[in-house]
Amino acid sequence: MNPPLVTTSGAKTFMMHENPPPQRMRTFLPPLPSPPPREPNPLKEPYPLMDEILRLLEQDARITVERMAALTQYTEDEIREMIADAERRGVIRRYKTVVDWNRLQDSRVMAFIDVEVTPARGVGFDDVAERLHRFPEVRSLYLVSGEYDLRLIVEGASLQEVASFVSEKLATVDRVRATATHFLLKRYKEDGVSFAEFTEGKRLVVSP
Amino acid sequence: MNDSPISSSGNGSGAPSRGNVRPADHVVAMPPSGIRRFFDVASQMEGVISLGVGEPDFATPWTIRESAIWAIERGITNYTSNHGMLELRNAITRQIAKRDGVNYDPKTECLITVGVSEGLDLALRAILNPGAGEEVLIPEPCYVSYAPNAGLAGGVPVPVPTRPKNGFHVTVEELRARVTPRSRALLINYPNNPTGASLTGTELREIAAFAEEYDLIVLSDEIYSRLNYEHEHVTFPSLPGMWDRTILLNGFSKAYAMTGWRIAYACGPEPLISAMVKIHQYTMLCAPILSQYAAYEAVQRGDQEADRMVESYNQRRRLIVNGFNRIGLPCHLPEGAFYTFPSIRHTGLTSEEFCERLLFEEKVAVAPGNAFGASGEGHIRASYAASLDAIEEALSRIERFLARLKAPSETVSVSA
Repeated sequence: MNPPLVTTSGAKTFMMHENPPPQRMRTFLPPLPSPPPREPNPLKEPYPLMDEILRLLEQDARITVERMAALTQYTEDEIREMIADAERRGVIRRYKTVVDWNRLQDSRVMAFIDVEVTPARGVGFDDVAERLHRFPEVRSLYLVSGEYDLRLIVEGASLQEVASFVSEKLATVDRVRATATHFLLKRYKEDGVSFAEFTEGKRLVVSP
Repeated sequence: MNDSPISSSGNGSGAPSRGNVRPADHVVAMPPSGIRRFFDVASQMEGVISLGVGEPDFATPWTIRESAIWAIERGITNYTSNHGMLELRNAITRQIAKRDGVNYDPKTECLITVGVSEGLDLALRAILNPGAGEEVLIPEPCYVSYAPNAGLAGGVPVPVPTRPKNGFHVTVEELRARVTPRSRALLINYPNNPTGASLTGTELREIAAFAEEYDLIVLSDEIYSRLNYEHEHVTFPSLPGMWDRTILLNGFSKAYAMTGWRIAYACGPEPLISAMVKIHQYTMLCAPILSQYAAYEAVQRGDQEADRMVESYNQRRRLIVNGFNRIGLPCHLPEGAFYTFPSIRHTGLTSEEFCERLLFEEKVAVAPGNAFGASGEGHIRASYAASLDAIEEALSRIERFLARLKAPSETVSVSA
C-alpha cells in the first residue's frame, strides 16, 4: 500500500486522487485520432518581449547593452530603445546595488515597524503615508493587510537613532494609534540575494 | 611513445583468465565510453573549466527538493507499485494530454522508470528478439548508450549518419539507405544530445511516413523536449498513425534539473508498456519513492522555475554560438538541448586530439564528437549549461589555443 501523497504547505493532508484525470481512459484498440501537429510558435520565446531585458537588469544593474544583445534576440539599438522607454514610463525606477554593510563592520541598524493608523474620510491612509515617506530614515513604506496598516523599513546609524525616530517622529504623527518595532538581527536573503553561505552540490567535470 | 594519458585506460584485458570466473565475452568486447576516459583525467586536474557536462548547472528547484525532504521526514520510504505511484502517472499523463494533446491511460500505458536510460533499456529488451539479428536504426551522433543498449538487448545497432550541412537533422534518404527487412525499430532523439538538433513538424511527418512504410516501432527519446528554442516541440506519438507504434521516453532530469534523482517515464500502447513492466518488475521493482515524490512536485509546481532555466539556457546558447563562430570554430545554430557541436575539422586534429590538447594546454574540458558516433568525428561537444563567466573564459582560452595551433610551427622545446 502506498501512503497518500500530501501537499507540503501547512498540515493539511489530502489524497491526490480526489480529482480523477480529465482525459479519456482507453484500452488498447482502436487508437485515438492524432491531433494535428502544432505550428511553430512565432514568438519563439517563453516570455513576451521586454520582460527578458528587465529580468537581466534586475539580476545585474550594471549589465551592458552589448552583453544583453549577445544574450537575447534583440539588437543593441532595440535594447537601448526598450530601456529608454521603460525609464520614461517609470517601469524602471532606479538601478540599485545590494550591499552587505555588515561585512564592513558597519553599525547601522534596520527595523521593521508596523503602524496602526486611523483612516480618514476621503484620503484613507494616503496623507499619513505621504508625511511618513518624506523622512529619509524610511527606506520602504507599504500599506498592508492584517493587524496593522502601514509597514515601514527604517534605517538608522544606531539603535538610539531609530528609537528616537519612532518615539518622537512616528508616534506623534496625527492618527497614528500604535506602533510595533522589530529590529533586524540577521540578514539571510534580501532582494533575491542570499547573504548566508550555504553549500550546493558539485557536478562531475565530464558526463554524457 | 604512444602512452597518451587519455587513450591508454586499461579495460581489464590484462587480468588473468581463471577458467570459469570471467566476464562474458560480449561485455569484454564492449568498448568503454569515450567520455568516461576524459572524465577520469579531467577530474584530477585543478582549475579546469568544464563545458563537458551533460547536465544542468542549476540545482533542483527548492520546492522539489523540499517535498522530497518532507517525504523522508514522514518516513515515506517504501516500495511503490511496479508501474510507479498512480498519482504521479496521473499527473504525467495529464501534463502530456494538456501540452501535446496525446492521451495515455495512466493505469496501463505509463511506466515510471529510473531515468530515460532505464526506459530505453526496457523498451529495447521488450521489443527485440535476442540473437535474431533484429536491427535498430540509430541516427548518429547520438547519446553514448544507444548502440551498446541495443547490443545488450540482443539487437543489432545500425548507425544512420547525419550531416553538418543539414544541421545534423536526420533525413529519410539516409534512413532509406540503411533500412533492411530485419529493421525492427527506429530510435530517435530530439532535441539531440550531442548536436542540439531538433526536428520540425514537417521533418517528423516524413519520418512518421517512413516508419509506417517499413512497419517500425519508434523509440522517441524526448528528454530535452522542454529545451526547444526555435520552434514548438512536436511529440512523436502526436503524429498521424504514430501513437500505436511509438514508445515515448521522457523524464525530469533536464527540464527540472533533476539528473541525480534518476526519474523518468515511458508511455506507449499497453502491450508494449506491459512487456516493459514485466522486465522492470524483475530487474528494478520500482523507481525510488523519494524521486517519485520529487517528480510529482515538479509536475505540480516546477514549471515556473523550469521556464526561468529555459530562458537562461537560451541566453547562453546565443552567447556561445556567436562566440565559437567569432573565434573561428564554425558552429551551426543548435535548436534545442544545451549543447553546441562546432566543427574543428580545419585544425587538422582529430576530435580526440583536439579535446586532449585543449584539456592539457588550456584546461578546458569538452567532449570529443566521435564519442557520439563516427559521424561526430571532426566536431566537439561543448555544453552551455555553465555560467556566463565560465563560457566567456572557456571561449577566450579556446581562442588562445586556436591561435597557437595556427601559428607557424615553432620549435617546441619540452623541458622534462
